Amino acid sequence: MTAKHNIPFLERQSYRRRRLIDTIRMLPVIGAVLWAVPLLWRRTQNGGEVTTSDAIIYLFCVWLLLVVAGGWLARTLKRSDAEETERGR
Amino acid sequence: MGTLNILVGVCLVYVAFLFLIAFAAERAALEGKGSWLRSPLIYTLSLSIYCTAWTFYGAVGYAARSGLEYLTIYIGPSLVMIGWWWLLRKLVRIGRSQRITSIADLISSRYGKSNLLAVGVTVLAVIGTTPYIALQLQSVTISFDVFSSAYGAELTESTRGSNALLVAAGLALFTIVFGTRNLDVNERHHGVVIAVAVEAIVKLLALLAVGIFVVWGLAGGVGDMLARIDASEIGLWQMRGDRWATLIFLSGAAFLCLPRMFQVMVVENEDEDHLRTASWAFPAYLMVMSLFVVPIAVVGLDLLPAGSNPDFFVLTVPLATGNDALAMLSFLGGFSSATSMVIVAALALSTMVSNHIVMPIWLSLQSGGASVSGDVRHVVLLSRRISIAGVVFLGYLYFRLSGGGSALASIGLISFAGVAQFLPVLIGGIFWRGATRTGAFVGLTVGFLIWAYALLLPSFGAGILVSEATLSNGPFGFGWLRPQAFFGITGMDPLVHAVFWSTLLNTMSFFIASLIGFPSPLERLQGAQFVNVFEHSSTPQSWSGSLAQTEDLMVMAQRIIGAREAQNLFEREAKRQGMSGLLPEPSPDFLQRLERELAGSVGAATAHAMIGQIVGGASVSVEDLMAVADETAQMMEYSSKLEAKSDEQARTARQLRQANEKLTQISEQKDSFLSQVSHELRTPMTSIRAFSEILRDSDRLSEDEKTKYSSIIHDEALRLTRLLDDLLDLSVLESGRVSLNLQSGSLQGILDHAVASALTGAGAAKMPVARNRQHEAVTLHTDLDRLSQVFINLIGNAQKYCDATTPRLRIEVGRSSGALVVDFIDNGSGIPKTEQAVIFEKFSRTGEQKVKGAGLGLAICREIMTRLGGAVEYLPGQGGAAFRVTLPEQVALAAQ
Repeated sequence: MTAKHNIPFLERQSYRRRRLIDTIRMLPVIGAVLWAVPLLWRRTQNGGEVTTSDAIIYLFCVWLLLVVAGGWLARTLKRSDAEETERGR
Repeated sequence: MGTLNILVGVCLVYVAFLFLIAFAAERAALEGKGSWLRSPLIYTLSLSIYCTAWTFYGAVGYAARSGLEYLTIYIGPSLVMIGWWWLLRKLVRIGRSQRITSIADLISSRYGKSNLLAVGVTVLAVIGTTPYIALQLQSVTISFDVFSSAYGAELTESTRGSNALLVAAGLALFTIVFGTRNLDVNERHHGVVIAVAVEAIVKLLALLAVGIFVVWGLAGGVGDMLARIDASEIGLWQMRGDRWATLIFLSGAAFLCLPRMFQVMVVENEDEDHLRTASWAFPAYLMVMSLFVVPIAVVGLDLLPAGSNPDFFVLTVPLATGNDALAMLSFLGGFSSATSMVIVAALALSTMVSNHIVMPIWLSLQSGGASVSGDVRHVVLLSRRISIAGVVFLGYLYFRLSGGGSALASIGLISFAGVAQFLPVLIGGIFWRGATRTGAFVGLTVGFLIWAYALLLPSFGAGILVSEATLSNGPFGFGWLRPQAFFGITGMDPLVHAVFWSTLLNTMSFFIASLIGFPSPLERLQGAQFVNVFEHSSTPQSWSGSLAQTEDLMVMAQRIIGAREAQNLFEREAKRQGMSGLLPEPSPDFLQRLERELAGSVGAATAHAMIGQIVGGASVSVEDLMAVADETAQMMEYSSKLEAKSDEQARTARQLRQANEKLTQISEQKDSFLSQVSHELRTPMTSIRAFSEILRDSDRLSEDEKTKYSSIIHDEALRLTRLLDDLLDLSVLESGRVSLNLQSGSLQGILDHAVASALTGAGAAKMPVARNRQHEAVTLHTDLDRLSQVFINLIGNAQKYCDATTPRLRIEVGRSSGALVVDFIDNGSGIPKTEQAVIFEKFSRTGEQKVKGAGLGLAICREIMTRLGGAVEYLPGQGGAAFRVTLPEQVALAAQ
């Protein structure tokens, strides 16, 4: 029973790892898109409709999100790397 | 004035502290105790030299002037770091595997170790960095100024200048002491890195302290602060979209291309794994650094009289509120930002200048070339030291000339746009194999010319380096060439305009020139190395060492990496080649390794040129390439041979195992047979002896008894004879001395005879034999007696061993691929698979010994059939024991 379940389990591991790396690749793109949102804000000659405090809150929230997501992904990848090495691959 | 003295004192103590820390770190690294020096945290902190005095002071000024635009400078690098998997990972791997010492070294290495390119990049990097160093000196001087004016001591112009000179000299000294202590093959500087890391913490704490003081001390917490921000003159979003996007791109590009960033990110990197941590930790650092910038700016605008320089709000806000200690801390933060940047930038630039400009010139001035004796290390170190001093002095000169007037942010951006010109060449070099040296050269030239023309020269102001007329009407009246409105497209922001056109035309010309040109073999090899760095991390490019004199190489290596290191290296190499003594063969492999070691000290291009001078032929010839290709082919051939050999060995091993099993079985059979034979011989012998003794010793035996006993003796003697006959027969057959008595006869007749003989004496238990007489109508020409012996044996075996309740035998005659086959199939349980292999061996007897026999019958049958040119074998899968006798074609044919 265990032997039968082992092989798909290994494949699932490396499949997960690939998708994890895809996420890491995607993260800067997501960041760039979120930080490009200010381009859509209306701007008039005397300043726009968005107040600076709102802009600060939005921009820093994006920043925090990217840092947390990046940290989590880096850690997960490291764990998955360690498992790969343990398995001797 | 007292506070000012304290300030100077604190500064000196701080600098002494930095020296101490750097010194301790160097010591620890030297003694091998510096594992904490190589932590991801230190790496992340060392990256913070991105945040210079421009960040510390300038960001607040920037925010006060342009609102949130300052954030772009930190968003760009954050994106680059978060996207580490795309670019930085590859860059760091390349840097480590190729022993890259600077960005100029990287670009020159990638494009065929071209020294011209290295010189070009170095010059451009110096031009791009000098304003930046000036900016740091300016900020330190002005911050002194701010402090002294706050205490009523106006500094004169000359003291200001001498202040800057003092700072510059101090920084140069620090860099020289810790940047050029040794010529490390890896070009790593633990002392500098640790000092930079400490300064990173100081500037972060200082900015945070001021920020917290402003938000919770001066304003009434977060809510009040946000309200104040919205009420201020930067309270509404007024960012231009094109500037927002361009500046994010520009800061990301500069983050990758700035020589000092390259130094800490790639060259000083100890472990690729650190990048993984820095990928999120550094964006976090940047985020925290920029968090309090707007609050400080807003409070500064509120608090201070109109017209005060917003660049120094970080200092003036605490000073204005009488918070001297905080101001002092803030001053130290700014001081840290400025000094760490200058130190690393000077270090990075001096490596480039010394490796790519000074050393090649010095080498070419030496008449004897690279092989003259004498330690060249002092020359390298000296050239580094002079370069450091030179770079810092250039910064000072720029500061004095420019008069320290412009806002910090604009100088920084001009510098960014300059180094960003490296980006297309850098990215193209590591992702596109088709990028060539010509392309790189053309691209860089075009990019820098446009940058200088459209951004740098106008930045000095109209009428100074670029005339008013040129700015408004274009050079010589060419309107479409106006520095700030190319092709008549007006209305673009000057910075966006310059970045857009320089990057676009740089990339385009790089691309087109690369397409048109044809790269040299070395370029193509290096290109493959860089682009596919993850597939193979060693250089394929090779030296033909046949002409090289190892001794000359030794002389040269000693001069560059030191006598002991060089001797160790050569000895190791000799040992690796399996030679005794100190001098290895100048194999291409060795030359390549040596070149890499040297590259760590003097840069790839110089190392290549130096070895080239000695080995002869500075470029890779077709022969070298052929040698590399040959080597690869040989390796592949060898490995496929090995593979074949191991397959063969596996097969042999399998065969040996089978043979061994068989041998063991045979030996066991022999043992059991010997005991069997002894037993068989002893039983008749015992009865013969016993009965002959009775006959001899008893006189009163009846005639009947005598007859009975003597016939027992006779029978037993017959049994012995039969056994001995069998053994004799077998040995004759085996030795091949048998003579065949060839006759013709019908198969049917032989079978009739065999059935009759075999079943004689079986009495009532005689088993029925099923036959097809039509098929048996075949005439044979062979030794009929022997054949009949085989048949009798097989039928007798069936009679003896068939364990069915009603035993039956089937004899089938047929043809199989031309040969005549006679099958004897009974309905018993057959012979188990394990024993099928051994039943034809001598003395083999299967299963339970119900019936007495010597176990020679089948062995004799096999021998006979071999003599007759046929075979007898066990036929599995017939529902009982089945034996097939095969007679060769000619036996049957000849008779027909």
